Amino acid sequence: MENIVIIGNGIAGVTAARHIRKNSDKKITIVSSETDYFFSRTALMYVYMGHMKFEHTQPYENWFWKKNRIDLVKGFVNTVDHENKKLTLADGGHIKYDKLIIATGSKPNKFGWPGQDLPGVQGLYSKQDLDQLEANAPDNKTCKHAVIVGGGLIGIEMAEMLRSRKIPVTFLVRETSFWNGVLPKGESAMINEHILEHHIDLRLETNLVEIIADENGRAKAVTTDKGDTIACSVVGLTAGVSPNVAFLKDSGIELGRGVKVNRFLETNIPDIYAIGDCAEQHEGIGQRRPIEAVWYTGRMMGETVAQTICGNKIEYKPGHWFNSAKFLDLEYQTYGWVFSERGMKENEQHFHWRDDKEKICVTVAFDKKTKEFLGINTFGIRMRHQIFDRWLTEKRDVNHVMEYLKDANFDPEFYSKYESKIVSKFNAEFGTNILPKKKSWKRIFSNA
Amino acid sequence: MKAIQNIGIVIFLIGLSIFGALPFLGNFKLDQNAFDEMITNQGIKSEIFIEDLKNKLVDKEFSGFQSLAPMVAESIEKANNFHTKNKEWGKKVYVGSDDLATSIRKKSGYGFIPENKGLMWLLTFGLGIIGALMFIIPQVVTLGKKGIKNDGIYHQSSTNQGWIAWLVFIFLVSFYLVLYFKSEYAVNWTYLVDPISESLSGNLAGHWFVYGFMYCVVMTVMAVRMYIKYRHNMYQMVRTTSVLFFQIVFAFLIPEIMVRLQLSYSKGYDFKNAFPLDYDFFFNWNLKELIAGGGLGLFILVWGIVLTVVIVPVMVYFFGKRWYCSWVCGCGGLAETLGDPYRQHSNKSLFSWKVERWLIHGVLLFAVVMTGFTLYGFFAETSTVLGIKVQSIMNTYSFLIGAIFAGVIGTGFYPIFGNRVWCRFGCPLAAYLGFVQRFKSRFRITTNGGQCISCGNCSTYCEQGIDVRAYAQKGENIVRSSCVGCGVCSAVCPRGVLKLENGPEAGRINPTQVLLGNDVDLMELVNNK
Repeated sequence: MENIVIIGNGIAGVTAARHIRKNSDKKITIVSSETDYFFSRTALMYVYMGHMKFEHTQPYENWFWKKNRIDLVKGFVNTVDHENKKLTLADGGHIKYDKLIIATGSKPNKFGWPGQDLPGVQGLYSKQDLDQLEANAPDNKTCKHAVIVGGGLIGIEMAEMLRSRKIPVTFLVRETSFWNGVLPKGESAMINEHILEHHIDLRLETNLVEIIADENGRAKAVTTDKGDTIACSVVGLTAGVSPNVAFLKDSGIELGRGVKVNRFLETNIPDIYAIGDCAEQHEGIGQRRPIEAVWYTGRMMGETVAQTICGNKIEYKPGHWFNSAKFLDLEYQTYGWVFSERGMKENEQHFHWRDDKEKICVTVAFDKKTKEFLGINTFGIRMRHQIFDRWLTEKRDVNHVMEYLKDANFDPEFYSKYESKIVSKFNAEFGTNILPKKKSWKRIFSNA
Repeated sequence: MKAIQNIGIVIFLIGLSIFGALPFLGNFKLDQNAFDEMITNQGIKSEIFIEDLKNKLVDKEFSGFQSLAPMVAESIEKANNFHTKNKEWGKKVYVGSDDLATSIRKKSGYGFIPENKGLMWLLTFGLGIIGALMFIIPQVVTLGKKGIKNDGIYHQSSTNQGWIAWLVFIFLVSFYLVLYFKSEYAVNWTYLVDPISESLSGNLAGHWFVYGFMYCVVMTVMAVRMYIKYRHNMYQMVRTTSVLFFQIVFAFLIPEIMVRLQLSYSKGYDFKNAFPLDYDFFFNWNLKELIAGGGLGLFILVWGIVLTVVIVPVMVYFFGKRWYCSWVCGCGGLAETLGDPYRQHSNKSLFSWKVERWLIHGVLLFAVVMTGFTLYGFFAETSTVLGIKVQSIMNTYSFLIGAIFAGVIGTGFYPIFGNRVWCRFGCPLAAYLGFVQRFKSRFRITTNGGQCISCGNCSTYCEQGIDVRAYAQKGENIVRSSCVGCGVCSAVCPRGVLKLENGPEAGRINPTQVLLGNDVDLMELVNNK
């Protein structure tokens, strides 16, 4: 029986395993050095904040793996020997494979800052990082102040976590406004306000220079390029992640920043595949980046590679871009492409609406000339994935989107509706005369 | 703010301690008139019993009363042994010793507590309410900006099955045991609410009035907490208002007012309490009373049947069982207010789901079979069906399901097993609504395409123990018979994945297998299923 070995028990590897099991009887082995069982990395923050226990982050009960004949091996893979189809583990053990799936995810970036490896300095990615944060910052007496370096999604999550234990947080962000490499300026500005409202000391355009150690060799302060020295007991390094592929350096598997794969998620070596955060497309698909460290792309690659391995060779087609996040109390969703001013395409035009009272806003991107709808960002309004996916496929124009915006609303019942305000601003700005149509189940569920 | 909250806790605990001490305090002395009146009211004909109890009780002063029920029990036993020997069946005493002790106590109490009802109310209910509100209202500020505020739930003893939770558990269980089985301990409590009861129904309060009043007070105070915690979420605000309204008006006020008006059918009736949750609706004593109750009685009889047979299932078709379980029902109302801090304790394992299905459908079967027996007995005018005494089936159900399961376990176990133990494992009405919701309804929780990140907030905070994430991460809608539509999974979702909605039946259940959110063609395929 063919033995499929998967390195990594994150969402990509586990999804691949589950779908291989659904479609075949092959032997499946998952190797991981992080945890015994699959857990949802995105939920680690909730464990620290006391919303959940670690066990709640595990989507499958512990009996699931044995019942589905998925063998779990706890170990760290040191080397891959593709000529003999063999893995060597850190404890000296070997695992033979017939097909290998590399799904080793990411590791936090470190940019060579002085003091970046001191005790008290950490990222937030793995279960071990969570345990470390629990040790470093159990309460605001042990950790009197924390500094977070890097203004991305993990940075703001870490700030939220520490604030949940009333730990004062200074948040160093390189950009002139939070996440404005990704978000248009109106949205980015709204998040800046929201961060300050949560009593987080946000310092824009500020870079870390050095982390200073105390007499015991623990981090005690950071210095910034603004000349400030900020005393702290914990430094969070959250300047993005990069593929966790160092162990493959001399394996003969082609590497870029990640493991290079084609559209079938195959590496340059036969019978070796790479999926999830660690996989790097030779060229980005559509406007996607070659490496996408996103939860759902990991899952979709797992689903796709499972099909291929089970004999139904399928190209990885991630479809229209979408994503979501939550910044403190602000929910964010995006469908299609809305670029920041920095990344904006030449033909791209934006319509931005922000509520005058609530922290709610919408940015719609469309083509200047053809008016084709390109994408939408929403803050504080939930939208229906299926509807936007359909509109993108149908290449609807922005007027159509405005007219039928109510169909796309996904907020809970009884929530205030903002479509009329949005559309009237749109009408005022673009001289149109669109009347928003009432929500229709028929349209929502039609497959036209 | 913290200081106000701490003072609030102290005040609340003082009120609670006085309330908790009351069952063990007080004096009583029964005079001849009151004794005679009680004997007449209870329809007791045994001279032996009357003589025996009179010698023991009348014009004697007692302090505390732990000895009362055993004393009464002793007299009953003595009298009944005598009458049994002489085959004087008519003279036997059938009233329970606890009930008799309760009515003796109520009539004969004197001293500070019955003489200062208003003050005692303030020292118990009053302090409890003030203290609780002092703890709750500052949360407007302490919780920070509006949004989901579950910080520290698993760090606190009270909400993480710690020692505080166990104390609450012991308190609640003891309270229910007193209520159902040792009502003589509750007599001092009834004094506190006598003025309220008299102003509503004109009668003195019994221990069930204490319970009803307390139920409303607790729900109101904890609804304030819900309003603050979920102030960003209109669904929760509206729903909380709805359960509160139905509890106070339908379960509490209307029945009391019916008694006051002395209508032809003068027993209070909770118009929203549907069979088979209202399991004794078809018991023969109730049917007799309804039929004897003139126009109103007949109306209630017809209403009760229409409610169960037509209104309930039709509404579930359009809105899901949430319209009843988390918008109207009293049990649900308490669970959604007092029980909200404990919702995360419902077990999510597959095993508990199996237990749930056996238990809840077992109870439904029990209720239906029992009702079949009682109805047959009623129409055939017999007390024995298939060789089984109908009364003994009814007693078994009342004891096991009505008292132990719904009360002691259902609410007492909140802090340990979560707030919907009864609704999930025991309620026969929920089982019935569940069938409709699962097989013929427009209600579902829609999963929003591929946005789920498997974080597990939804499953953790599902009070019904549904592993919501298991569906959401596959892009599948959640259509489960047990879902009461509280809407909290949708509220706690950080990615806007879940929405409770009533839509077309087609495509409501959408099993998706591969490549969800992936590749347009396949997504279409999946949606066509």
